[in-house]
Amino acid sequence: MRTIVCIKQVPETTRVEIDPETKTLRREGVESVLNPLDTFAVEEALRIRERLGGTVTALTLGPPQAARMLREVIALGVDDGVLVSGREFAGSDTWSTSYALAAAIRHMGRCDLILCGKQAVDGDTGHIGPELSAHLALPLATYVRSIREVTSDHAVVERLTDTGHEVMRLPLPAVMTVIKDLNEPRTPNLADLHRARFATLKVLDAKAIGADPLEIGLEGSLTRVIRIFTPKTERAARIYEENLDAGVRDVAAFLEKEGLL
Amino acid sequence: MSRLEIARDKCNLCELCVQSCPFDALEVADDRVRVGDECVFCGRCVKECPAGAISIIEEKEPEKVDLSAWSGVWVFAEQADGRVHPVAFELIGKGRALADRRGTYLAAVLLGGSLESLDAAATALRRFPVDRILVAADAALAQFRSETYAAVLAQLIQRHCPEIVLCGATAMGRSFLPRVAGLVRTGLTADCTGLEIDDSEGLLLQTRPAFGGNIMATIICPRRRPQMATVRPKVFSAPAPGAPRQVEMITFTPSPQTLECPVELIEVCVEEAGAESIAEADIIVSGGRGVGGPEGFRVIRELADALGGAVGASRAAVDAGWMPYPHQVGQTGKTVQPKLYVACGISGAVQHLVGMQSASTIIAINKDRSAPIFRVADFGLVGDLHVVIPRLIEAIRRRKGACK
Repeated sequence: MRTIVCIKQVPETTRVEIDPETKTLRREGVESVLNPLDTFAVEEALRIRERLGGTVTALTLGPPQAARMLREVIALGVDDGVLVSGREFAGSDTWSTSYALAAAIRHMGRCDLILCGKQAVDGDTGHIGPELSAHLALPLATYVRSIREVTSDHAVVERLTDTGHEVMRLPLPAVMTVIKDLNEPRTPNLADLHRARFATLKVLDAKAIGADPLEIGLEGSLTRVIRIFTPKTERAARIYEENLDAGVRDVAAFLEKEGLL
Repeated sequence: MSRLEIARDKCNLCELCVQSCPFDALEVADDRVRVGDECVFCGRCVKECPAGAISIIEEKEPEKVDLSAWSGVWVFAEQADGRVHPVAFELIGKGRALADRRGTYLAAVLLGGSLESLDAAATALRRFPVDRILVAADAALAQFRSETYAAVLAQLIQRHCPEIVLCGATAMGRSFLPRVAGLVRTGLTADCTGLEIDDSEGLLLQTRPAFGGNIMATIICPRRRPQMATVRPKVFSAPAPGAPRQVEMITFTPSPQTLECPVELIEVCVEEAGAESIAEADIIVSGGRGVGGPEGFRVIRELADALGGAVGASRAAVDAGWMPYPHQVGQTGKTVQPKLYVACGISGAVQHLVGMQSASTIIAINKDRSAPIFRVADFGLVGDLHVVIPRLIEAIRRRKGACK
């Protein structure tokens, strides 16, 4: 059983910088961490390997600093890390990112299962999993909350819908995006983290994965960000502390006025 | 532009590629496989070919797409059991304005198991200002599966060339629309909160929050068509339904390949917890750590009932097992945008704030005056929620009584 987990590094803080020239996000210098929603995908891949044997490979597209995140998941038990990296990938939108990841997966040879978090908490698009499935012409299950059964040729999964859940059977290989209900991710110990510092990562550029230069990075992106602005979030709250009675009255009056009752 | 190359020395004319092509792009003629314009380089045939004769050659020449060949605004009308998801009507309202601005038509797209089963949905759509209804009906489409829905919508797009395609950012839309974008090779913008047409080039300006709502970005798709966007429920308001009108119905028969799907749906379950979807609620009352325990959610539920709203929860309350995950609001849960959000006993960690700060009105109830939740609130009631909420419920009931 060979599982590939696609992971992404996201800025640790919610403070992010925008490059006024390229109008894309400037990630250099911003502390980055593993996307929290990807931890469930990593954990599930490890559990599947514990049951069925095989290997787990973590795959990411990002700057050289993303190596640290790959080492973190290697410390958790992931067998190897692949970093697709190069200046040519800068400014990728979801389409060209998924194109590059698909090229890397093809380059890596046969795999049985591709797992992704349901979305990354910076962009919040949730596009990569489904787009990967299109590029690779593989079956897709999104919002997977339980993998009931998995063998080398099929999986039975439970996925969350807007009104409940559904159970489906997919032939493998397939792409799945997973949600937090799936499992409780493990944490690494210091010895493992130390050992992972010396793990060898595979670093691949566009040429190595056979990606068309016109399909990647800003060049290959089909969408363009033309404006970025900060929304107003702070509100001037009317605070009631001593005068709670007045507060309750005012709130009820406001709700009535707004037609919310 | 890429092209599909078929090595004639390897090809044994077995036609597996022809059968497998989701877009009907391949045919055998004059003892060779010919590639039609419908090919979107999905790579299915490359995989299917037992002789390894097919490869995709990506040529290094900037593509030119004739953008003027694409016209029409489409709204994907998600339906289940003939009931159209309300977000479709909201998008028809917005789509109408966009279509008028572009001087083009507005169509609703319906996929389902049979024409009869879609009759109620089509009737509902005729009460809204659409010019056409495109229908693809087949038993294989009776249940949603990403593979078939994406392949059929992609084929419809190839056939009719709409310039804009809008879809609700529901669990369904968010699952299959990116797959459509991958298949037809166009840009997609998720969870738009603003859609406008720009004055100079007529491009769709798609505005969306990123970084959990800390940044808003306006995005265009300049060189490919259609321009595709998903929009969360409740972002736009639906026009009032009118009397049913005569609307041109166009039925479309998907090619058999698009309907083939290796995924088998075993069971579809409607759950109580999920049925009351917080993503669609106009009013949400949420509880956090300050609620104190599962029984504390009774008072949260009571306030929600008094307001006719849904119950949400912070991550702390869900992790403690007081509420199930579908109720979780925030970064790892759902992002909501209700008219009214009442945060009870929630301190307001940034991960929670990013999931609810675009609510029109926010009321915070918390013991701790310094809690960050008060900084994003319109009304702040500082006090024990178990004291404040019952008084609020009483005040609400009094006013409601007076209304009647």
